[in-house]
Amino acid sequence: MNLLLLFKKSLPNQSSGFCRHLLGILAITFYATGCSAATWNNPYSADQANSQTLFSSFSESPKHLDPVVSYSSNEWAILSQVYEPPLQYHYLKRPYTLEPLTLAKMPETTYFDAKGKEATEAHPAIAFTEYLFTLKPGIQFQPHPAFVKDNLGQFKYHHLDSDALSKIDMVRDFKQKSSRELIAADYVYALKRMALRQNHSPILDSMAQYIEGLTDFSERVSKAYQMELSVNDKSTQTHFFDLNKVEISGVQIIDKYHYKIRIKGVYPQFLYWLSMNFFAPIPWEADAFYKQPGLVEKNLTLDTSPVGTGPYQLVENNPNKRMRLLANPNYHQDSYPVDGLAKGADPSLLNDAGKQLPFIKEVIYSLEKESVPLWNKFLQGYYDASGVSSDSFDQAVSVSNSGSMSLTPEMQEKGIQFLNMIQPSIMYFGFNMADPVVGGYSEKQRKLRQALSIAINFEEYISIFLNGRGVIAQGPIPPGIFGYQEGQAGSNIVLFDWVDNRLHRKPIEIAKQLLTEAGYPNGRMPDGTPLTLHYDTAATGPDSQAMLSWYRKQFAKLGIELVIRATDYNRFQDKVRGAKVQMFSWGWNADYPDPENFLFLLYGGNATINTNGSGINSANYDNPEFNKLFLKMKTMSNSPERLAIIQKMTLLLQQDAPWVWGYHPKSLSLYHSWLHNVWPNPLANNTVKYRRIEVQERVLKQSAWNQPVIWPIIIVLFVVIGSIYPLRLAYRRRQKASIKTVAKNTKSEDI
Amino acid sequence: MFAYIVRRVLFALPILIGVNFITFALFFMANTPDDMARAQLGAKQTTPAMIQSWKIDHGYDKPLFFNAESPGLAKVQETLFVQESMKLFAFDFGQSDSGRQITADIYERMWPSLAIALPTFVIGLVTNIALALLIVLFRGSTLDTATMMVAVAIMSISGLFYIIAGQVLFSKVWHWVPISGYTEGWEGFKFLILPIFIGVFSGIGAGMRWYRSIFLEEMNKDYIRTARAKGLSDIKVLFGHVLQNGMLPILTGVVVVIPTLFMGSLIMESFFGIPGLGSYTLDAINAQDFGIVKAMVFLGSVLYIIGLILTDISYTLFDPRVKLA
Repeated sequence: MNLLLLFKKSLPNQSSGFCRHLLGILAITFYATGCSAATWNNPYSADQANSQTLFSSFSESPKHLDPVVSYSSNEWAILSQVYEPPLQYHYLKRPYTLEPLTLAKMPETTYFDAKGKEATEAHPAIAFTEYLFTLKPGIQFQPHPAFVKDNLGQFKYHHLDSDALSKIDMVRDFKQKSSRELIAADYVYALKRMALRQNHSPILDSMAQYIEGLTDFSERVSKAYQMELSVNDKSTQTHFFDLNKVEISGVQIIDKYHYKIRIKGVYPQFLYWLSMNFFAPIPWEADAFYKQPGLVEKNLTLDTSPVGTGPYQLVENNPNKRMRLLANPNYHQDSYPVDGLAKGADPSLLNDAGKQLPFIKEVIYSLEKESVPLWNKFLQGYYDASGVSSDSFDQAVSVSNSGSMSLTPEMQEKGIQFLNMIQPSIMYFGFNMADPVVGGYSEKQRKLRQALSIAINFEEYISIFLNGRGVIAQGPIPPGIFGYQEGQAGSNIVLFDWVDNRLHRKPIEIAKQLLTEAGYPNGRMPDGTPLTLHYDTAATGPDSQAMLSWYRKQFAKLGIELVIRATDYNRFQDKVRGAKVQMFSWGWNADYPDPENFLFLLYGGNATINTNGSGINSANYDNPEFNKLFLKMKTMSNSPERLAIIQKMTLLLQQDAPWVWGYHPKSLSLYHSWLHNVWPNPLANNTVKYRRIEVQERVLKQSAWNQPVIWPIIIVLFVVIGSIYPLRLAYRRRQKASIKTVAKNTKSEDI
Repeated sequence: MFAYIVRRVLFALPILIGVNFITFALFFMANTPDDMARAQLGAKQTTPAMIQSWKIDHGYDKPLFFNAESPGLAKVQETLFVQESMKLFAFDFGQSDSGRQITADIYERMWPSLAIALPTFVIGLVTNIALALLIVLFRGSTLDTATMMVAVAIMSISGLFYIIAGQVLFSKVWHWVPISGYTEGWEGFKFLILPIFIGVFSGIGAGMRWYRSIFLEEMNKDYIRTARAKGLSDIKVLFGHVLQNGMLPILTGVVVVIPTLFMGSLIMESFFGIPGLGSYTLDAINAQDFGIVKAMVFLGSVLYIIGLILTDISYTLFDPRVKLA
């Protein structure tokens, strides 16, 4: 509807001509300044709202968009749309399944013994594993100035002078752009960049343990680079080091489309790493291009302006305002999955089966630091999807007595859809096993931890602090990961009873009995004084006080006094790394869907106390039997034999109780009815390409939900205009009164 | 006046060195370089070798104030404090610990901050002065008493309430303007209306009361009685004499904030999604990014000193009795 018409309709007939005129001016101002004709509060232009544009948000500014550096979910949400590692997770299949992305087929695996002879997977002493990668031919990089060559075949923009730079603020300011085919050398170049210590790749030291020759290469090349930096007095940002001239012994380019990576021993989880952006291809031309000081000064670097082969290209990077992706015109053949629909999933998820990706042509991520505007914009239809914060939980979700969640009538009326998924994560309450009171492996010490594990009622915690958004953990492995078992088979018999097909926490009397057997009857020490335990936390804010009080109450059930030692996060980390804590809370998100990624958190070789603080096992659990089983399980493929070992390990953990097995968080996501193909896949980040939008439906609903309300403007105008006359009258009266008073005073003075 | 300005600039140098010293001392009391490296590299997979490499690359491997291993003057020169401070005094802010150019970031973020702060400041000043003059015109009346009560009520309510209530009322209920967002150019006008309105409205109570008291004080002076005795109307007295003479105390509080306007407003920018400088320093403190913290504290100090000098200069413009020597 035209805005002026809307005004005329909403105005009462008797309103003055002046009022109508003023409102008309207001209307034109709004119209001229970009508000759409139907809605004034639309934060986007009419073109964007009417196109296949996904509107999303981010709350934390991405710091790094260099794939060898970036390791945060908020960064990967953008980066994974631009870069393409060799493998990806199947969008729909559960359990999570890897599939080729830029590869023609899954990597071919060959095993070798110590003498370099080919061996079978079952060989008892495999020395090396070699992966052969075969790229799909014809994949092109996104159009980019780094690839542009002049008539002489020289790179046109690799040596920009100050005049050329003065016209450049963004990559899109370059007049010419070009591309080239993705080749095996681009993947190998990315590996070499990872090895360069000055690039600060967070996984370099982990990968150096596995990829043959990576440690030597890293030391050699990093030293050489440092020398060049010193000699040329340049910084890492502005000095290009040509990595094409140096080779990693365990990585080999066979031809344009083939390369090999050789791994020490057996490490099947390596394939999961190959689905991460660390292994995405980097064209050396882009690396060289972005080392120009003039571009660095304008924040144009490989860390801010990625160059990939993915379905989207980043055309605007303002981490304080907006990130904008546009569909990559060079994107290769990639289609929506035709099968793999998980059990219980909506069959309409296969409606677009076989169609070319991506469907959405533009993605706009706007910075929303506060939850209130984010939530309200979602309700207005200006964001296509949203999470559910605790502030808006009651407005969005109803929880039944049985604990099941559903949308409130208000959300259902708007046609909002709801997805509820258990994340592959665990939040736990850890005991420091090196502590003389709560740690140790004696029967008494074990019973103390078991008693505390019963007393700390995480079902209650989930209900009070998470609005029911969590599932109680029975061990370290979350649902959806191989090794997790549902129902009675997976229940922790130390803490729970299985009654009427449900888990029931053991009564507190059992915990008290265990405590007595541990030598602390009624929570008292042998000398009669109360047992006092210490809980370290980084939760220092006022919001955390309720949670800390709750912990105190859990311990008080057993007569134990809990002392909270709250500190800032830096000090907390230091204390955990130095094993100077007694009890603490922490969590872990899966890097990849393998039980090894959770069980290694309790492997003795990773204990912080054994690794000078660098290990990941913060509880310092070090059980020789568990360690032995872990090393055996680690390199096995998923099989009944592996499952049996995992069950044994889990049982050991449940008995030893180095953690109170907290909970696996649930994520809730809401999305509008016009957004299609939404399916939660917490391990895949390149999921925007599968989404589709019904633009017409969005426009209609946005318009219906956001019609401006005019009457308050009219009232305000009447009040303002109506108050002018009385004020003027009052002023005149006052002036006259003043004159009279002065005149009277003058008269009396004369007398 | 030139000599005065030069003297004030020279006085500013030890102040800035002191501010810098305190910034360095406080920051490194709360954060160690190892903590900073971990904050940048992430908690997962970080090894001591990676931390050491990061520290070397960012210069945090050097001692803070005293380098015992260096000879002679280098004991002081080859320290983090001296090397980084020298760059700051040359206005070379360098790069943040996450690798972004700070000067480019400040330049990019200052315009959105100004887009809100400048109109809010100007409109707020004009509105407050106009309302104060109006109230002074009706001094002692019921309107005066009622307005002062409303002013106290406006002052007593938190700014955050106005922001959330404004967003709910004007954006969510009445659908007049977008709840949050920002765009450059004229299209950005729709995003600025609400934050500017709220900024002006929330400041009316305090501003109006302050200016009213200044103008009332002027109204009781002899020259005003003379002007009235000459038969001038109240309006002419207010605008011709009271306003001009009341400007001196107003300038004291106003000119000093002008240079710092572009530093932005933390809460306003966060709630309205304005990509300004308001949260730049706070985000940097949370991210343990010392590169940004030291640059912004230094810049803030410089701007405050400039504001004070400008205030002194502006006195001479409005009061001919004041001479800067």
